[in-house]
Amino acid sequence: MDFLNAIIAISNYVLVPGIAYGSQLALGALGVTLIYGILRFSNFAHGDTMAFGAMVTILFTWLFQSMGISLGPLPTALLALPFGILGTMALLLLTDRLVYRFYREQKAKPVIFVIVSLGVMFIMNGLVRFIIGPGNQRFADGERFIMSARDFKAMTGLREGLAIKTTQGLTVVTAVIVVIALFWFINRTRTGKSMRAYSDNEDLALLSGINPERVVMYTWMIVAALTTIAGVLYGLDKSFKPFTYFQLLLPIFASAIVGGLGNPLGAIAGGFVIAFSEVTITYAWKKVLVYLMPTNLEPTGLVQLLSTDYKFAVSFVILIVVLLFRPTGLFKGKSV
Amino acid sequence: MKKLLLATAATALMAGSVFAGSHSNEIKLGIMVGFTGPIESLAPAMAAGAELAMSEVTTSGKLLGGATVTPVRADTGCIDNGLSTTNAERLIGAEGIKGLIGGDCSGVTGAILANVAMPNGMVMISPSATSPGLSTVEDNGLFFRTSPSDAREGQIMADILTDRGIKSIALTYTNNDYGKGLADAIETSFKAVGGTVTIVASHEDGKADYSAEVGALASAGGDILVVAGYLDQGGLGIINAALDTGAFETFGLPGGMIGDTLPANVGDALNGSFGQIAGAGGDGIDKLVAIAEPAGFDATGPYSPESYDAAALFMFAMQAAGSAEPADYVGKIMEVANAPGEKIYPGELAKGLEILAAGGDIDYVGGSAVELVGPGESGGSYREIEVVNGENTTVKFR
Repeated sequence: MDFLNAIIAISNYVLVPGIAYGSQLALGALGVTLIYGILRFSNFAHGDTMAFGAMVTILFTWLFQSMGISLGPLPTALLALPFGILGTMALLLLTDRLVYRFYREQKAKPVIFVIVSLGVMFIMNGLVRFIIGPGNQRFADGERFIMSARDFKAMTGLREGLAIKTTQGLTVVTAVIVVIALFWFINRTRTGKSMRAYSDNEDLALLSGINPERVVMYTWMIVAALTTIAGVLYGLDKSFKPFTYFQLLLPIFASAIVGGLGNPLGAIAGGFVIAFSEVTITYAWKKVLVYLMPTNLEPTGLVQLLSTDYKFAVSFVILIVVLLFRPTGLFKGKSV
Repeated sequence: MKKLLLATAATALMAGSVFAGSHSNEIKLGIMVGFTGPIESLAPAMAAGAELAMSEVTTSGKLLGGATVTPVRADTGCIDNGLSTTNAERLIGAEGIKGLIGGDCSGVTGAILANVAMPNGMVMISPSATSPGLSTVEDNGLFFRTSPSDAREGQIMADILTDRGIKSIALTYTNNDYGKGLADAIETSFKAVGGTVTIVASHEDGKADYSAEVGALASAGGDILVVAGYLDQGGLGIINAALDTGAFETFGLPGGMIGDTLPANVGDALNGSFGQIAGAGGDGIDKLVAIAEPAGFDATGPYSPESYDAAALFMFAMQAAGSAEPADYVGKIMEVANAPGEKIYPGELAKGLEILAAGGDIDYVGGSAVELVGPGESGGSYREIEVVNGENTTVKFR
């Protein structure tokens, strides 16, 4: 019984949140990695693009909610998601037309693109705050829990509860579907192949008749879909606030780099590595050990490896270690 | 086209400065609160409170022979020292303010005080900086606050916890001057009355995920979780994550966590949680609410009465000194705030100005029962709050 309690405690506080957060990071990192792989720059506006996509989705969610349309136990935001994606596509294509294309024609260096994306970031930052305001927005509806801690305790009679939120389940399922769809698209379709060709060698792709502007356009559209989905899932699970999306940029980049920039598989692995390193290394094992150890050996302290203050330090230590030993990331990406 | 734009912009600038110049008998007061950042949902009502006092005085036409008082707003970002310092310099240098209401959060308030206010001899009255550190900081006598120090809040919180029969708490705080100071105060006071603090862990604001923090807090256990954070930021994230995992069901909410948006954002699960915030009962606040309503804001909002009072104190001190220069009126602030003298409530600012002009003495009470003690900070009365049916309800005053 105590053993089960220990397992449940770990699942509740480490595994479930870690997997959900990892999926959110992975989706974000996929977008970063795609832009890096195909357009060849680190897009600092990524976090705020997520915020923009989530914002458009929220506005449509509110519209649907006021019209009385809902998905029953699922959040209405899922219904609004396609509109959010369309809105974000429009924004990204417009930014590309107005800003990035100019620098592409100049054959500007990647570092210039990075700084340009920083500028775009500030504009999007302002745009989102201008439209929806800087505050917290709630748009999650439907059933909150697949299983709440209290129900679980009543059901099993265990002392520890296991809570799985609808949004957490949804995040993982959506992430899996999106990743499968993305890999199918990149590896199997004609457009996907042309994107990979463009990514591998721009000039050669040009010679074999691939239209670069088309590739760029498709990339932005896929990125728009990825960012919006990641942004909405994150917003549903935690809450929507433009500032936190900006802050998400750091763990997302860490994920993409740990996994190997430009490698989609790496982005996913990186997302989970970062998420779990944040949650596990700073976890206080007292509760678990109290269940597992004999009574006289029970710990009195917290049995915490590192205080939670250091959780970001942990993910960046991992980042540095990975880059020292494998400069291209866990999976073979492009060296930074 | 470019030239036309340039010309238009230049004309607009000229017009602006001409417009500003025409108000010769104008006193500018700076309002520096965090319009963006962790307490951005509180900032509008705070600024509106201070501006209400200014418009009341301007309309009366009794300050220093009919001077108008104009507010100049600037952002502190609540936690952005760089932004605050730059904005404070702009307010003093370019706008020529005569007094500064602000900053709001303790960290930036200390930064403005040390980097800008002291070198320029500018007087600051903060409506909401509550760090105990600001009581002892070197300020050349230029810093006052209409909010009490957190050391006092720690004692109040310990009293509330004991009265409710709570034996052990887990404590998390936002990782800055305010959070650390308050957490220390709560921990010391609660231990002094025999309570147990199972863990004291910090959290960073604006982060993406708080499951790590909640995991550690849950592992340590405790009757309730006390969250010394901000209601728009990490505090909200921690509470949501703790409720989602079933780690804690009741929360202790110090001042930074009290606001209407918290029950709205968390939902019914917050019912039964309790806390306290600086605030006074009695006539003052009721009178302020009555005059704030037509002005379009809710004066019961956290630190809104304190902001009104901060602005009022500036103008009374100027009137008492017969000068709007910081060096002249700074000595009068304690005088107008404390006894002896006629008690002045919100909405009676004109009366106070008349008494001072006639050489009389006033004891400003205002919306937050102002009584400045020690190094110029509020003695501190608190409202005990409990969340009932999704609303912050005042249980009693302490």
